[in-house]
Amino acid sequence: MTAIPTPNLPETYDVARVRRDFPILDQRIHGQPLIYLDNAATAQKPRAVLEAMDRYYREANANVHRGVHTLSERATALYEGARDHVQAFLNARAREEIIFVRGTTEAINLVAQSYARPRLGPGDEILITHLEHHSNTVPWQMVCEQTGAALKVVPITPAGEIDHAAFGQLLGPRTRIFAVAHVSNALGTVNPVAELTAQARAAGAMVLIDGAQGVPHQRVDVQALDCDFYAFSAHKLYGPTGIGVLYGRREVLEAMPPWQGGGDMIRTVHFAGSTWNDLPYKFEAGTPAIAEAVGLGAALAYVESLGIERIAAHEAALTAYALERLGAIPGLRFIGTARDRAGVVSFVLDGVHPHDLGTILDHAGVAIRAGHHCAMPVMDFYGVPATARASFACYNTRGDVDALVTALEGARKLFGGRG
Amino acid sequence: MDLRELYQDIIVDHNRNPRNFRPMAGAVRIAEGYNPLCGDKLSVYAKIEDGRIADVSFVGSGCAISTASASLMTEAVMGKTVAEAEVLFADMHALLTGTASGDPARLGKLAALAGVKDYPARVKCATLSWHTLHAALQGELTPVVTE
Repeated sequence: MTAIPTPNLPETYDVARVRRDFPILDQRIHGQPLIYLDNAATAQKPRAVLEAMDRYYREANANVHRGVHTLSERATALYEGARDHVQAFLNARAREEIIFVRGTTEAINLVAQSYARPRLGPGDEILITHLEHHSNTVPWQMVCEQTGAALKVVPITPAGEIDHAAFGQLLGPRTRIFAVAHVSNALGTVNPVAELTAQARAAGAMVLIDGAQGVPHQRVDVQALDCDFYAFSAHKLYGPTGIGVLYGRREVLEAMPPWQGGGDMIRTVHFAGSTWNDLPYKFEAGTPAIAEAVGLGAALAYVESLGIERIAAHEAALTAYALERLGAIPGLRFIGTARDRAGVVSFVLDGVHPHDLGTILDHAGVAIRAGHHCAMPVMDFYGVPATARASFACYNTRGDVDALVTALEGARKLFGGRG
Repeated sequence: MDLRELYQDIIVDHNRNPRNFRPMAGAVRIAEGYNPLCGDKLSVYAKIEDGRIADVSFVGSGCAISTASASLMTEAVMGKTVAEAEVLFADMHALLTGTASGDPARLGKLAALAGVKDYPARVKCATLSWHTLHAALQGELTPVVTE
């Protein structure tokens, strides 16, 4: 494995300097400076990522694990180097535990189809929670239909936190898998995943953590969490789209059959039968997203150069400021008020539908998400069709929050709001 | 483009005070419309007498564009024949998708929705009620989905 060099952290977090690393931020939308607050959907990419991917295509592009020529060796070294980087970033025991996939969604589907489907049957239960993204709900519904297992859902409290007592009651000897979000994409709730994992594993369940919103906002140590699977996408972590990671405990991955068949995942192929490659390649059929893996490696290096703890602290301060400023707007109601929350703020405004807000804010240069956030059960729980959501990243500023507040006041005025 | 061209006073007014916003007992035609992308959901009711729309109403929840569009629609088709309403549906579809020819002013108040064509993400909001009315008039029983 490659050790990550300890970065020379600046004494203070210089957000102006960070912003200069993201070329896309330097533009106007409808004549206004772009204020990008849709980071929970996807984060912007620093120059280091763009350049690493560009350099890969200019200097090293070839297929991996195939050729004996120089470019193939270069491409393989870069691709496998990215895997080492991910291993170090998550503090996984071994590089074989890092599987490259298209994203969090594919990672969860892989576990559902390769781990759950061959093992589960009638009488077995899969436990999820009410605040999951559709990608941590639908793959389990599908596998329940295929196997006859039952899907159970842990309720949430009005604040948007997992109901711990109900979790204890629903967790039982029939629970084979517990799948939970590290951070809710719709509400911002940070779930106590270490505690939940310990409880679920003690009950004999396998644990999958959907880390799509977790990895960008805090340090993740899969050994400390002691989960069986952890999934995340590069694109929410300043990396490219089209690549993500499934971490799996080695002995669990070894016992799983391949999910997709093709090149690279085999050792021998004969018409009478084929044998599988070792981990991690057993789960990486076909030519992988090589440039994207290189981009992910560069994104991890970038995050480490800023310091994930510093980013988290910056975002926490910004979130506190946003909650204070937004909370003072008449008619604004937060959806999700968990005590432990990441930089994701969901809200509705009296008399202005979230989709109108989305359009109106865009005219002020402010990009937010409006919709159900791929979490329709969460919307049902709060009795709203949709919410507006602002989410923060390493490059956002208090000025961005101020621009959001000003734009929201403009929306209220446009729609004839009082107060 | 000025935001006011999208959110004209008439749109804001019909959003705040939608007309014919009520369920209808004894309606002979009912259709449901749903836009899964936005979560906009509405039901359109119509009473047809001698080929004429004797009464039309809607209920549901949606953004200002979809609510105002539905409200303006009920005003526009009230009392019209089914055939006239279908012509108007075609005209509105053309207006909202930017394929209309001629002066939108001939559509009266409905012309206030013309700005929607410049917001591709919002076109479905404005067409939802019209598709739903069309389904109600055609007697289609499956919910209309725009996305």
